[in-house]
Amino acid sequence: MREDVERVADVGLDEPIKKLTPERIEKTVNHVLDNECAARLKVYLDTCVRCGLCAEACHTYLSRDKDPMFAPVSKVKNTIWELVKRKGKVDGEFIRNMAQIAFTECGACRRCSMYCPFGIDISYLIMTARRICALLDVVPQYLQDTTNSHAATSNQMWVQQDEWIDTLQWQEEDALLEIPTARIPLEKEGADIMYSVIAPEPKILAQLLGNIAIIMRVAGLDWTMPATDGWDNSNMAMYSGDFEIMGRVERLHWETAARLKVKKIVMGECGHAFRGAVYDGPRWLGWQFPPIQMVHAIEFYYDLISTGKIKIKQKIKEHVTVQDPCNTVRGRGLGDKLRYIIDATCEKFTDMAPNQEHNYCCAAGGGVINCGPPWKRSRMISNRIKAEQIERTGADIVITPCHNCHSGIEDIIGHYKLGKHVKFISEILMETMEIPDEMRGEGA
Amino acid sequence: MYEFSRGPLVWIAFAVFFGGSLYRIISTIIQSKKDKVVLPYMKWKFSLRSIMHWIMPLGSVNMRMRPAFTIFSFLFHICLLATPLLTLGHVVLFKESWGFDWWTLPAGLSTVMTLFVICGGILFGLRRIADPTVRLVSSFSDFVLLAIVLGPFITGLLAYFQVFEYQTIIILHMWSGALWLCVVPFTRMVHMIMFPLTRGYMGCEFGYVRNARDW
Amino acid sequence: MVGENWDWEPNKKQVTDLEIIRKKYSRVDELIVSPNGEKIAAPVKVDGGFSAFYNEDVWPETSELLWNLRFTPEGRLYGLARIDDQWTVIVDGTPWKERFEYVWSPKIAANGKSLGLIYKREDAYGIVIDDKPWENGFLAIRDYCLSPDGKNSAATVQMEALAEADIEHFARGVWSVAVNGSAWDKKFINAWSPIFNSDGSKVAAEMRSTMYEYSIAVNGEVWPVNYGCVWAPLFRPGTDSVLTPARDAGKWILTENGSPVWDKKFNQLWHVVFSPDGKKIAAVASEEFGRWTIVVDGKPWKKSWSDFVDKPVFSSDGNRVAVIIKDKNRWTIAVDGQAWSQDFDMIWDPVFSADSQHIVAKAELNGKYCAVIDGKSSGFYDQLWEPLFSPDGKNVLLKFVENNVYCRQVIPLSQL
Ligand code: SF4
Ligand code: SF4
Repeated sequence: MREDVERVADVGLDEPIKKLTPERIEKTVNHVLDNECAARLKVYLDTCVRCGLCAEACHTYLSRDKDPMFAPVSKVKNTIWELVKRKGKVDGEFIRNMAQIAFTECGACRRCSMYCPFGIDISYLIMTARRICALLDVVPQYLQDTTNSHAATSNQMWVQQDEWIDTLQWQEEDALLEIPTARIPLEKEGADIMYSVIAPEPKILAQLLGNIAIIMRVAGLDWTMPATDGWDNSNMAMYSGDFEIMGRVERLHWETAARLKVKKIVMGECGHAFRGAVYDGPRWLGWQFPPIQMVHAIEFYYDLISTGKIKIKQKIKEHVTVQDPCNTVRGRGLGDKLRYIIDATCEKFTDMAPNQEHNYCCAAGGGVINCGPPWKRSRMISNRIKAEQIERTGADIVITPCHNCHSGIEDIIGHYKLGKHVKFISEILMETMEIPDEMRGEGA
Repeated sequence: MYEFSRGPLVWIAFAVFFGGSLYRIISTIIQSKKDKVVLPYMKWKFSLRSIMHWIMPLGSVNMRMRPAFTIFSFLFHICLLATPLLTLGHVVLFKESWGFDWWTLPAGLSTVMTLFVICGGILFGLRRIADPTVRLVSSFSDFVLLAIVLGPFITGLLAYFQVFEYQTIIILHMWSGALWLCVVPFTRMVHMIMFPLTRGYMGCEFGYVRNARDW
Repeated sequence: MVGENWDWEPNKKQVTDLEIIRKKYSRVDELIVSPNGEKIAAPVKVDGGFSAFYNEDVWPETSELLWNLRFTPEGRLYGLARIDDQWTVIVDGTPWKERFEYVWSPKIAANGKSLGLIYKREDAYGIVIDDKPWENGFLAIRDYCLSPDGKNSAATVQMEALAEADIEHFARGVWSVAVNGSAWDKKFINAWSPIFNSDGSKVAAEMRSTMYEYSIAVNGEVWPVNYGCVWAPLFRPGTDSVLTPARDAGKWILTENGSPVWDKKFNQLWHVVFSPDGKKIAAVASEEFGRWTIVVDGKPWKKSWSDFVDKPVFSSDGNRVAVIIKDKNRWTIAVDGQAWSQDFDMIWDPVFSADSQHIVAKAELNGKYCAVIDGKSSGFYDQLWEPLFSPDGKNVLLKFVENNVYCRQVIPLSQL
């Protein structure tokens, strides 16, 4: 029946399977199943009663007219179940198919675990499938390239060290035009906060860095950013199944914060980076919880507004809605704080339905958008439900406090011709926040 | 045959059921230690919070999305467990062997519940065929298991109404009941034992670790 | 680098009134002080750009931008500066001759003098030490190190350009290590954390043999063993022998030239350091998930902590080990397995006295800073730099800001 699902060409999948031998597959599968997995895998496989109650949770299933192939349990059946049943005796074609399912048809959003009566962690099982694919070098090309970037540069977009520092410096210069005392303090040992971003910010959205310089100045905070590697805690290696590189990236990030002697890390509007830094990375490295406190932007802005550190001058008038990012709402419970920020800054807000923990994934997360152009069409088809959900709100702006959601929803808006704008909270704050006149100085 | 079924067989069945279940629970806990990242994150409060939501009919969003199915499924599971425990015939046997008994269901109710289990089981079986997703992930063994689950109920009903030869049927009833007990720890029926563990763990991953709800 | 010839007489000097500095310049960036405490400096905004003030003076040279102002251990003041849209290094007010498209990541060699950086010029990356850049550059540089005498530098370098998303080429290996500008013959998928041996004749680095196999390369020769993962290697002092933490069958071990050093295996193992005499080894280890401790010569301390354990610090006689720890969100120091009873909002690296008897560390509590000696905090300041013991161990040098005045004070240990 999988024949109905379009097979997308991808050199990251098509080339490596030509070289796979049955022995290598079997050895790798059994290595992962026996040595890298323990209780959870077995219990989940034995406990699942094949009731299909998880199906309605998944945006890919709902968006594809309830195609049973896209139900969470089916994805497990076509990957891990078969591997276990056949004890790893599968061929390259099976692995290729598994890779397509695991990397491009599941975003590891964990929504289905809230619908399965047993709380079976489908996302974990899918990640196990990804791990096996990764060890067999079968990973979508663009996703693997991002992981390669992490391995070589510790950031996800091949940003060179000089580019990074230079960008921060010219962003500081830009911020000075707004507030003459704005700073991006580099390498300030002992600052209260280290601000972390992901590579798309210096690479393509540099003004976000200028924005944060202004927000930090208005809020009067003592902060810093590193002028070394270790500033990007986004982590596609986590999603490509390369846990060694994932651990390396996260270790460097935490140790950079420790070196700078900061009390906490505030991380920009990215969900999966938060997940990598707070959950997956530390666990692989051996920390039960992150070694240093990490606060996501949603929580950070909530604190700034609720304590009056920044004041809202005028709310924006356009009609807004919000995308609850999986990794910070389902993955951190920040949904109420997010709505507090929106109430404080926007006049007209309509929630998506369903929302909060139950919101549908943007279909970009979990490494899916990083699988790149070959998979874009599939990704768009897999999230028609999101387009409908956004459309129903009638809003003009979709606030997305996550880079993946931001890009994913921009794509959906384009593909389904919804004609809406996508904005980060920081952009909303730049429009609504009060900058005291004395701070603007003579330049104002 | 009857004597064996009435005596040692029951003992064996209970031994396998309790022993097997205990083995599954203990081995899962030991395996969880090996999994390193499971037990350190488990907290009673969050486990129970999640379990409560999921044993309460309509306690989760998914259940509320399909109220009829939920009620049906809850009743099925309740009848499935309560009927054998509270049937007069069974309790009498307990009293004979161990000298104590407990409240029992009126015969009529017990019959209705048995019928409900049988019909429910058949409906579940039909759903396995009718629902494309469930059909896709089902295998022959799922139907066999369903048959094993329904076996004691069907034979029990036949025995109660004395259809066919009582002696044969009652032995069949005992054997199917024993089979029922014996397969629990070793088949997908283990979900009955694992539910608190898997749900409890997820409750903690969501509640304790991530400060979010999982219902 | 504590100087015998510094002023170690117990006294207090008011070095610079910062109020005056802040009035004089419209922008004063992060303050830094010299190791001997005699100088305080910061980048400041002056007419036409940036310069550095130090005590009452200011560098004559103005740059468009000046940052990363630091003192070398021997007390020279340097910063990274943009002059005429090109980058260079200014040392004690004098810019280097060389100009670069960009120059960053300063490191001081173990000799306390030689200053190295990564530069980019004409789209090529290289290392420059004391104004002498490599002759040839590379497509990219990520990590680098200096030999202890400051004469040599080694860096991880990219040898071949990659087309966009060319994963197949990447997997063939385009990274290597270059020493003084010439690369090893071998190319690797990745290379990280190069390090020199004591005499600067050998370089070791982490490398990736395949996408999921890791090993160590020494002067271009790869160990015959592969591991699931490795962390930064180091040389046994005075030898060519290389040690590294390695992940073997899911557990971390310490290995020397590919053979295990200790019998113990760990959930995690990193930050391996040698005692000054080279006889003892300490490292950060986790034996049980979520618990961290220090292991010395294969024996873990009895106590462990949950949040964080930093790189261990040996006393000069090598018999004691102290380390920053964080437990339940509080920071303090643990010495030989025992944590200090007082904890802090933040703490800096422990410093041993020359006789190994005492430990001092800078700590932060409620927004003020103090010197903590052997676990006891004394006087709080608005700002404080890391305290030091005098070479005879009798006095402590404190460098702090009090009432907006930068002060240098030598206090007898007995008075603290
Ligand atoms: S995309 Fe989300 S809901 Fe769908 S299978 Fe994956 S984790 Fe479950
Ligand atoms: S809802 Fe849970 S038990 Fe049912 S099929 Fe899905 S994963 Fe299996």
